[in-house]
Amino acid sequence: MLVKSQEDRPICKEDDISIVRSSVKRVVALLNFSLVNQTKIITAASELARNTLEHGKGGHALIQIIDDGTGRIGLRMIFEDTGPGIPDTDRALEDGFTTGNGMGLGLGGARRLMDEFQLESHAGSGTKVSITKWQERL
Amino acid sequence: MAKDTLTPIASILSKSSADIIENWVSLQLANKNRSQAVSDSSLTTSSNEFFKLFQAAAKDGNIENLNTPEWSAVKLMLSDLSVSRARLGSSPSETASFVLSFKQPLFEQLNKDFGNDPSLAKMSWALSVLIDDLALVTTEAFQKTREDIIRRQQKDILEMSTPVIKMWEGIVAVPLIGTLDSARTQIVMENLLQKIVDIGAKIAILDITGVPTVDTQTAQHLIKTVSATRLMGAECIISGIRPQIAQTIVHLGIEIHDIVTRATMEDALREAMARVGWYSYKEADAKDEVR
Amino acid sequence: MDRIPILKLGDKLLVTIQVDFHDRVALALQEDLTEKILSAGAKGVLIDISALEMVDSFMGRVLGNIAKASRLLDCETVLVGMQPAIAITITELGIALQGIHTALNAEGGMALLERLIKAKSNRGRTANASKIAGRPPNLQRG
Repeated sequence: MLVKSQEDRPICKEDDISIVRSSVKRVVALLNFSLVNQTKIITAASELARNTLEHGKGGHALIQIIDDGTGRIGLRMIFEDTGPGIPDTDRALEDGFTTGNGMGLGLGGARRLMDEFQLESHAGSGTKVSITKWQERL
Repeated sequence: MAKDTLTPIASILSKSSADIIENWVSLQLANKNRSQAVSDSSLTTSSNEFFKLFQAAAKDGNIENLNTPEWSAVKLMLSDLSVSRARLGSSPSETASFVLSFKQPLFEQLNKDFGNDPSLAKMSWALSVLIDDLALVTTEAFQKTREDIIRRQQKDILEMSTPVIKMWEGIVAVPLIGTLDSARTQIVMENLLQKIVDIGAKIAILDITGVPTVDTQTAQHLIKTVSATRLMGAECIISGIRPQIAQTIVHLGIEIHDIVTRATMEDALREAMARVGWYSYKEADAKDEVR
Repeated sequence: MDRIPILKLGDKLLVTIQVDFHDRVALALQEDLTEKILSAGAKGVLIDISALEMVDSFMGRVLGNIAKASRLLDCETVLVGMQPAIAITITELGIALQGIHTALNAEGGMALLERLIKAKSNRGRTANASKIAGRPPNLQRG
């Protein structure tokens, strides 16, 4: 796996969510994703950025263009915070589970919208969510 | 392996180029098993071209590492050759043996010039490995062309198998054929919703006569499609529910209670037309069922 | 702070949401709309989201809340102009947007609102004919 380029965006206040969204929007347009996939990726980014702000008490997002080694290009986004963490990651992925005031679709929803999803979290030591969408072939 | 052991190869290639090519071409032309797809003249041309590029690439003595820039022209030529020959109907092994057959004239020449040299074995081995690798390049290129074709066809099949048809003013229909997996659902949704926008449809009929089985997964995909259609402001009718499928749906306990279903496309179309007509002519009597 | 303008057209309100629907703007709209429904005595709200390029669960919740609150005030909400890509995405995301009416475009949405309002007042008249003529039942309670 090769990181071809990377952008780092802080998520500390509400406006940062839309800044992350517009950064992602620029990158997905650049990578020529289909309109539906562009919308899915931007939506997933928005969900996770809001999670980082609301549950993680702020953090940052890495937006990366990656190559899987065979020339296939993908977009990876890593959302990291140093907040309270998630004690039960399995439950957090269930729809409807929420500790904030959202619909509880953030994590599970983002997973459904993307090709790959990784969640690392321990109570007290923050949360790291990594999501990837690969470019459509042809 | 020391470079100076291998440098003589470069000198042989330039010194005896005419002999090697002539020998190689005549060997290939003499091969009785040669396919008729490639003409004598094009064979001579590609042999000459290959030799010229090979000679240029090997001129600095690097015959061990194919991943260096000097070999890229050779690899490109071989990939192109493989692709164009595949189009003419050559098999991948025929194209590979084009490259492999280069060994014989080359080794003969080596033998002639270095017959008593102790480094002959080393040189032959290095060249043999190199040419084998070049032969693999042609096979890989062939494979890749095939894979591209297969991928494109898969995509075509997916798109062809999910046509969205305008049935009537404000009514569109999708006859679904084959298994409804998530990739299919995605394409059906995209095509269907776009068509709804394009013609301003109020009703979409999903006909599942051609769907062999409906399991929980498939039902989930159908429900998703219906929900997305509703978000666009159109209604969905599912038709073509065969008796076994009705049984399965009940058996699996799949909840589709708020989705309008009909046994046949005909019934669905009648229902859809009633609804469209109802809306335009009997507005005053519209009831709660109006969304 | 940016606010989304709310236009009044007879007994209906018209809202066009522009490209960037910030969280604060969304919450402000929810507040403003509820107040405007009361002050204008509106019977229907039309929200046009055709310029919106994404709807996440937060926005979905705000839209759902607008519809719920409006209904409490005897006012119907119709969401129009959703892009196909958004419809697919929020279905995948799992947002139901229950209780919210949808139409393809503003024209269809206006017609739908008209029908919904008419249907309601008809029902109100028959149900309350002997009591307070012409007044929908919901208003009595509210």
